[in-house]
Amino acid sequence: MIEIKDIHKSFGDNEVLKGISGTFKEGVTNLIIGGSGSGKTTLLKCMIGLHQPEEGSVLYDNREFTQLSFEERIEIRKEIGMLFQGSALFDSMTVEENIMFPLNMFTEQSRSEKLERVNFCLQRVNLEGKNKLFPAELSGGMKKRVGIARAIAMNPKYLFCDEPNSGLDPKTSIVIDELIKELTEEYNTTTIVVTHDMNSVMGIGDYIIFLHEGKKFWEGSNKEIAKTDIEELNDFVFASRFMKAAKGKF
Amino acid sequence: MNFTNFGKYILLLKAVFRRPEKTKIYLKAIFQQMDFIGVGSLGLISIISTFIGAVMTLQIAFQLVSDLIPKTIIGSVNRDSSILELSPTISAIVLAGKIGSAISSEIGTMRVTEQIDALEIMGINAPGYLILPKILAGITMVPVLVIISMVLSIGGGYLGGTLSGAVSAAEYIQGITTDFNPYTITVALTKAFVFGFIITSVPAYEGFYVKGGALEVAQASTRAVVVSCISILACDYLVTQLLL
Repeated sequence: MIEIKDIHKSFGDNEVLKGISGTFKEGVTNLIIGGSGSGKTTLLKCMIGLHQPEEGSVLYDNREFTQLSFEERIEIRKEIGMLFQGSALFDSMTVEENIMFPLNMFTEQSRSEKLERVNFCLQRVNLEGKNKLFPAELSGGMKKRVGIARAIAMNPKYLFCDEPNSGLDPKTSIVIDELIKELTEEYNTTTIVVTHDMNSVMGIGDYIIFLHEGKKFWEGSNKEIAKTDIEELNDFVFASRFMKAAKGKF
Repeated sequence: MNFTNFGKYILLLKAVFRRPEKTKIYLKAIFQQMDFIGVGSLGLISIISTFIGAVMTLQIAFQLVSDLIPKTIIGSVNRDSSILELSPTISAIVLAGKIGSAISSEIGTMRVTEQIDALEIMGINAPGYLILPKILAGITMVPVLVIISMVLSIGGGYLGGTLSGAVSAAEYIQGITTDFNPYTITVALTKAFVFGFIITSVPAYEGFYVKGGALEVAQASTRAVVVSCISILACDYLVTQLLL
């Protein structure tokens, strides 16, 4: 479980996060949603320590992350898997080397054990036999799946996904969403997905927080999101023609 | 590099020299970088050094036209110039262009494509993993390249002098073997060590803190070469004043 309490973050005079709090439970897919510039990626970066919040705390199973030293943070980071918006695969390494990288750095496993784990992760994301390809040889969807395979290589307790569907076609987006949900339930991870994709929201949003102008405007599940009377949330949810047409059917 | 940047550079170096997560992986990266910096630059350094030596001989011969000055002086001036200044400094400036821009753009691209964030999220000390092998390879391979450059520069002087008839082979060899002071090698290698550190650490710093996209990576790469060259020349003066 991850708890955030009263997170504030500014860049110069621009206050991006204005006191965000929330609790993200394990075994469910937690979504942070909001329009562009609402602060959702900044919140994610504050949670994983890429940004230092000015105020507030982030607790990983009651371990206060923001106050830890570099060395102490490393222990928590070993329990984190992350899928980046652009996948962030290491260009100079093959698919196999990318997934094996955290295993090489932090485990004393033999090469055959590591290879077995790599093949298991690749099988889990339906990319068997792609070990020797380089990131430049992969499609966008394949890169995301390799990113997920690398994220789960160390059996993470916490899984973060930043815009997992950006740049993907609707069908591949659904595959990625379902994969994230399956892995969350299978490994009982605390999964946090930052997205503005309404298909993801309706498909996998067990617990959702909606950010608007740096504040938390709403929290609930995908079953409740279409039934609120909050204007800012409805503007976001029913922005597309498809969602407008489907309004009332949820 | 203003004071804020200098402070950030020092803090980055502090992070670079943290204890490595796994020595074996770092060793592999160091050898890869030694190959890239040392073996990869050998051809360029060889060509430049040979021609500089040849041109130096011709220019010294042109300027020292006097019956009172023995022609052996051409060899000794070329030797001392090559060892003390030309080989370390010209090699370093050339390497700053070749290696510095490569390091800066490699790390800068990793920054803008979130690969450095990925390393940090995994719990890896990104400055250490990315920069330490480059610095260690730089401070070991640049002195090696400078030694090769000295030999080729003096050899190039021999070729240039004898082929053009500016100096005879016997006079040139007598010149380079007379009054040789081995301390000049110490000064040159000290310079090479310092330059090796600058050539790798300054571009790494420029790349590591890139913000933006492809344009900013290119700008950081240009800045890395410019700052490295200025730092090399400033340190050249400092080391020369301190050691000579």
